Amino acid sequence: MTSSGVRRGALGNWRFWLAHNSGVLTAAVLFLAMFTLYISNHSAGLTPAVATTAANKAVLLALVAMAQTLPVLTRGLDLSVGMVFVMANCIASVIVVGTVGEGMLGILAVLAIGALAGFINGAIVVWGRLQPIITTLATGAVYYGISLFVRPGPGGDVQSDIADLLTGQVFDVIPAALVVLLVVVLVVWIPYRRSVLGRAAYAVGSNEQAAYMSGVPVQRAKLLAYTLAGLLASIAGLMLTFNTYSGEASAPIAGSYTLNSIAAVVIGGTSLFGGWGSAIGSIFGAFVLRTIEDLLFVFDLPPLWQPLFQGVVLLIAVSLGAYRILRVRNRLELFS
Amino acid sequence: MHDRKPYLELKQISKRYGGVAALTDVDFSVYPGEIQAVLGENGAGKSTLIKIASGVTDPTEGEVLIEGKPVRFKSPTEAMRAGVVCVFQELSLLPEMTVADNLSIVDPPKWFGMIDAKGQRERARSLLKRVGCEDVHPLELVRDLPLSRRQMVEIAKALGRNPRILILDEATSALTADDVERVYGIIRELKASGVGILYVSHRMREIEALADTATVFRNGRKIETFPKGARSVDAIIEMMIGREVTHQYPEKPQPAADRSVALAAAHLAWGREIQDISFTLRKGEIVGLGGLDGQGQRELLLALFGVLKGVSGTVAVDGKPLMLDGPRKAMQAPLPMALIPEDRKTEGLMLPMSVRDNMTLAALPRLAGRFGVDADKENAAVQLMVDRLRVKTPDLLAPVSALSGGNQQKVVLAKWLMTEPGIILLNDPTRGIDVGTKQEIYRLMRELANQGAAILFYSTDYAELIGCCDRVLVIYDGRIRRELAGDELNERNLLQSALNIDATEQAA
Repeated sequence: MTSSGVRRGALGNWRFWLAHNSGVLTAAVLFLAMFTLYISNHSAGLTPAVATTAANKAVLLALVAMAQTLPVLTRGLDLSVGMVFVMANCIASVIVVGTVGEGMLGILAVLAIGALAGFINGAIVVWGRLQPIITTLATGAVYYGISLFVRPGPGGDVQSDIADLLTGQVFDVIPAALVVLLVVVLVVWIPYRRSVLGRAAYAVGSNEQAAYMSGVPVQRAKLLAYTLAGLLASIAGLMLTFNTYSGEASAPIAGSYTLNSIAAVVIGGTSLFGGWGSAIGSIFGAFVLRTIEDLLFVFDLPPLWQPLFQGVVLLIAVSLGAYRILRVRNRLELFS
Repeated sequence: MHDRKPYLELKQISKRYGGVAALTDVDFSVYPGEIQAVLGENGAGKSTLIKIASGVTDPTEGEVLIEGKPVRFKSPTEAMRAGVVCVFQELSLLPEMTVADNLSIVDPPKWFGMIDAKGQRERARSLLKRVGCEDVHPLELVRDLPLSRRQMVEIAKALGRNPRILILDEATSALTADDVERVYGIIRELKASGVGILYVSHRMREIEALADTATVFRNGRKIETFPKGARSVDAIIEMMIGREVTHQYPEKPQPAADRSVALAAAHLAWGREIQDISFTLRKGEIVGLGGLDGQGQRELLLALFGVLKGVSGTVAVDGKPLMLDGPRKAMQAPLPMALIPEDRKTEGLMLPMSVRDNMTLAALPRLAGRFGVDADKENAAVQLMVDRLRVKTPDLLAPVSALSGGNQQKVVLAKWLMTEPGIILLNDPTRGIDVGTKQEIYRLMRELANQGAAILFYSTDYAELIGCCDRVLVIYDGRIRRELAGDELNERNLLQSALNIDATEQAA
């Protein structure tokens, strides 16, 4: 598609919308294809129960992947999202208890703690001028330490009315977890995407110097991105608690959610170089990764195959994004 | 017209970077409704002036006043809020975002606290219309636009901020003739509505067409401000050159056209930057690349070294055709090539690595022993270079980052001399280093040429080109505009051809 060709004609805006969202659409199509394959081979078909089970699992990674998207858009990375997720889970299993009212207060407290954890990441990156990778590697260890301190062994409880409401079905059909995800998208992502600071995050990831020269609030944009990442990861942690009715400071879970969140971000069409992508893409990226697991299950393949299969999907997704190299005119640009 | 008060005023401004003075004691003002041209050679202090006026850097000394009140801009944002808007030479657009996003990147139209996408599109459409770019769709990504359109978008973005002072830094360098006319029209409109315009350009013709007054800078000092027409082009050039203390340059040998050709380039072309360039470079010869900064000289050196993709035309080294396919190919040419890059910190050196490791990086295959690199051979070769170039380093194992700029540059030179190159491409090697080291580099260049090396030397310093080179190719807009040698090679001719002024036009 040549730019001049597009510019000349009086084409509608939809064509640009399509080009801007091609990554998201690719991930969505990939997910729908895989999910259709899964359902058509499932003995029960698409029943509310099957959908709810799938949704409850997938929404956890989708939320963590959304969290990861925000720092990535600013050309950063957050290696602590999995740890904030686990920390929220552990804290929720202690304080989201009692009556419904007390449970709600607990939820607010967990969200505040998650946002604070993200804010600390952002503050160190912005004011300490440390690299995001090493900053969040360190703070991630701290957050995991806090999880262990709060919940040395697996256990705890959760307010069961809220838990059942959010992991069950709405009108006995729609998985409630999907509704939670939709609400998060509508209340957190869309306003963020259309706010000045949200767009500033894209600007910073696209070209930090030019952003600064244009008068973009660079520091506040980064701070907000990391803070919201912490908030979204803690929402995921709450959902985990509602699913399991308990908390567990599990290092493997924290680590695998962190790494899978990066994979989901990439599959969803977001560039690790920043400035390009969307949290909606990351949701579908997360769904794709989760569906792989289910596919292996219905085809009776040994679970040992799963890492291999996931790796292949990730490689294909990344290769699609690498076509940029074919267009480079100055070889030095390959390294910048 | 100066009965009014200046909108922007700089008083006794000085700026030093480390020990180097970029601006010294400059008084400068811009009045509402005035178009002021800023003239000067490369490095005369024009860009520092702009950076201070637009809040990118702080002055070391002196004050900035807006409408008579002292201000201190902490960022470009604050300058913009005060009405000083700059169209930067290096574009400040965000490539991965749409034109509409870029035009309203700060203070976009809002709807319930959120960015109003539709309002933003409308705004983009009207701004684009104002600069005559109706063919650009607001939803197009900036990275998909050609350079000339991007520059127009940049101008539209500045207009959208309702400037009181608009600074245009080489804003027309990439524009087509039609667009340039349109920009002139916009500038005159702004002038009529009382906006002060600061116009930096190397193109004398543009300045004659537009400016009310002009200010000449040289070596970080303001030389004079005068109304248009008060000085002839000749006198202006004299002012820009000034009378500098000349450096001591090594003696030039007699020109020898009978020596064999080391490198012959024919019809090289690459995008806008290089357009049909042909020349030859003989063994033992130093050929300079002159002209204003950014006319394609850097790209030419990169193209010869195989860094650019899709260069058309042919290059022959020692009579044999050379494929332009990466630095490794260039280093293995019949006469090995070496490129001393412009930015030693990013393209020349591995800063945390030692002097020794940096020096031998390109020549490691020559130093191979039976088991990997022969340490004795390596140390001996490095010591030889350190002595020959008089590199001042506490130790061969000290990190390069600990050395001064001049000594760092010597390490880069040593690295390439180790490969025993037959053709040496130098990209502004003396920028930002002290006079003593400069002289050592001049001497070394001549010494290498006398030993038979062919040298292609790009410099932004005209005195240096005259002092060092046997011939100079002056580049303008990606073409060789003129070749100067012998008595013709002087500052006046160099500057005239660099500014693309014809002798006839000058007489008129």
